[in-house]
Amino acid sequence: MTNEDVLLSIADLKVEAETDDGWQPIVNGVSLTLRKGEVLGLIGESGAGKSTIGLAAMGFTRPGCRIAGGTVTFDGIDLLKLPPAQLRAMRGTRIAYVAQSAALSFNPAHRIMDQTIETAVLDMGVPRRQARQDALDLFRQLQLPDPERLAERYPHQVSGGQLQRAMTAMAMTCRPDLIVFDEPTTALDVTTQVEVLAAIRKAVQQHGTAAIYITHDLAVVSQMADRILVLRHGSEVEEAPTRQMLAAPREDYTKSLWSVRHLHKPAAPRDDVILDMRNVDAAYGKFKVLDDITLSVPRGRTLAVVGESGSGKSTLARVVSGLLRPEKGEVLFKGAALPPVVEKRSREQLRQIQLVYQSADTALNPRQRVGDLVGRRLELYFGMKGREKERRIGELLDQVELGAHHIGRFPAELSGGQKQRVSIARALAAKPDLMICDEITSALDQIIQGEILKLLMQLQRETGVSYLFITHDIATVRAIADEVVVMNRGKIVQQGPKDTVLSPPYPPYTGRLLDSVPEIDPDWLTRLLARRQGGEPDGSSPLPQG
Amino acid sequence: MTMSQQPPSRRDARPPASRFSAMFRRTTPAAWLGFAIVVLYGLIALFAPLIAPYGEAQVVSSVPFAPWSQSFLFGTDQLGRDVFSRMIYAARNTIAISLAATVLTFAVGTTLGIVSAVAGGIVDMVISRIVDAVMALPQLIVILVLLSVVGSSVVSLIVIIGIADATNVFRLSRSVAMNVAVMDFVEDARVRGESLTWIVFHEVLPNILSTLVAEFGMRFCFVVLTISALSFLGLGIQPPTADWGSMVRENATLISYGDVTPLLPAAAIAVLAIGVNFVVDWFLHYASGLRDDQ
Repeated sequence: MTNEDVLLSIADLKVEAETDDGWQPIVNGVSLTLRKGEVLGLIGESGAGKSTIGLAAMGFTRPGCRIAGGTVTFDGIDLLKLPPAQLRAMRGTRIAYVAQSAALSFNPAHRIMDQTIETAVLDMGVPRRQARQDALDLFRQLQLPDPERLAERYPHQVSGGQLQRAMTAMAMTCRPDLIVFDEPTTALDVTTQVEVLAAIRKAVQQHGTAAIYITHDLAVVSQMADRILVLRHGSEVEEAPTRQMLAAPREDYTKSLWSVRHLHKPAAPRDDVILDMRNVDAAYGKFKVLDDITLSVPRGRTLAVVGESGSGKSTLARVVSGLLRPEKGEVLFKGAALPPVVEKRSREQLRQIQLVYQSADTALNPRQRVGDLVGRRLELYFGMKGREKERRIGELLDQVELGAHHIGRFPAELSGGQKQRVSIARALAAKPDLMICDEITSALDQIIQGEILKLLMQLQRETGVSYLFITHDIATVRAIADEVVVMNRGKIVQQGPKDTVLSPPYPPYTGRLLDSVPEIDPDWLTRLLARRQGGEPDGSSPLPQG
Repeated sequence: MTMSQQPPSRRDARPPASRFSAMFRRTTPAAWLGFAIVVLYGLIALFAPLIAPYGEAQVVSSVPFAPWSQSFLFGTDQLGRDVFSRMIYAARNTIAISLAATVLTFAVGTTLGIVSAVAGGIVDMVISRIVDAVMALPQLIVILVLLSVVGSSVVSLIVIIGIADATNVFRLSRSVAMNVAVMDFVEDARVRGESLTWIVFHEVLPNILSTLVAEFGMRFCFVVLTISALSFLGLGIQPPTADWGSMVRENATLISYGDVTPLLPAAAIAVLAIGVNFVVDWFLHYASGLRDDQ
């Protein structure tokens, strides 16, 4: 590698964050180099310092953080020594950033086109008409449908996947030398993710742009990156070219990133039914969300409900838990009809069905301590008080492998995985017969996901609880389900034992869902695209030929 | 003031010493000044009989409107009472009545506001429209009319101002509670079978407390000003009870003679308002610092 080739080099970068105890290091001396046109993947669990390094590559830190040491050299210029005005001039024009949530990053008050070309027009002095034309070309390259109309829309009028691509277009309008992608597909469905990944990869290759691609998903990074850098606790674990790392990871930590996806539970046959939904229809106002749903949850087993966002799977959970009154049909629990709304159900009926939410951040009251969060159900359903309650809370916390000493903590003092464990302990406190788990692992990174899934299986063995497990992730289904229901647009596409549903032949929708799940294989995306381009009979190809 | 109600934070897990040091580090000079003013006013109000040289309604001089002198620090008023002593007693009356009215305002406004946000639907609609109707009328005029109907006593003053002002607190607490009411933990409370009372006071209230405490300081200032305005108009605190608003009115004529005495009670109100606002600003800063941590 000659020096000419190096676009970005970060040497011994140290970043600190301000806490009440002074400045704490969050990145400890990470070094990396990036050549022109190269894509570097940064991977690690949450809190590993990925985003911090990504931002530091632009000479930026989040408020409350500071760069304490090291150098960031971009194209021969030391960014950390540059005056703020010159640094600002570099951002957006030579280094661009694509954030995780495009929906939060776009200004809702301006049209997509105006925001996309803003930097080009204001900072680069490109005539508006030409900038517009460029942006439309980029929209086409990124395979956005109907670019002319999309450009005139406001951010809330287009889907998340389209917005994410528009944001990539925004980053590329000034033809930057470097783009930092910070988890650009994490918030998207698998089927949308494939489109965005393919679009980003193609655009980056065409323009020869160098990129830093940040993600916690190994399968995604192996499609995108030439080299991978694994981070943990703000330090480098290992770095290697993608194929080499996938073939032979050196460090134990790296290997553990691989292993999670290999959880598999043999499906057990059903012997009894705990919950029965018969011909259930549900709607929000006039908008029909569930259409003639008939399914049953086997006792002591796990029924996984799979589908993209908008398929009605969370609505299904709301109907079962009594938060949404079904328009038609009935829900039977242990053979007896459940009252349609929560207010009409007896305390005993409420106790038997417990709900665990996707985001523990919003499901746990931030002003209550762990002990109160878990203990309230003990008071409410079993009238426990004082010592007895305290002891039971301790048992429950031990059962979810959190440890009884967390009893006095507030949710903000816990990590994402710990919070989800508190949610599970809280549901367990009611000794439920059925637990509805609504995407409970999708906000967690892979190692934690694996731990939570193992915990759930162990709890099922110990207590015989049944799960209605809602997810969009096929790997999770493989890991935990006995039976599977595939939903699309409020209808059941397919249902049955896991092994039947997940092996061919599938209905077209199931097939598309299954092969959109990224595999840890650098050629997976290429093969998938080739197959779809080849016009395989899947009817509804998400990638319009362009 | 109720500034001791700090919302819980991750700091609570630490020893109290470092918690306090963290708190002090965020304290600005303006906040210190504000604290000093509030504490000073509180002490004066509490120990008024010990500090004041003369009684509240005691006629101490045969000379009305006596000039400032060694024995009467700020001179005497129209009846020959000591202005300095009356100002000290007025601190007690004005602050106590305002505090009571503000507490009532918050009790009513917050409860209704959160109930509206949590219950939603028809309940929210009925309460909100009633509040809209009350807010549509000019507040001071409503208070004046009501006071002239029921007569001006300390209790009626507190109740009428408390209720009239509760509309603003209702609006605020309803809108902040709306953001909390859509959270999953409120839904979870419904699904586990909690009562509305539990949801309002255990799930929602603690999460909007920092906003409410900050608003409490602001509202308190407004109530002080409303009471002073009413007293100035003669419908507030009735003589011979001393309060800053009526003292301005009683001595107002002195202004024509170039005497600044009537400005003193007005200045007392202004300084209190500024002090309380400094404390509130500090609290907002501190509270938003909390939010950053999450």
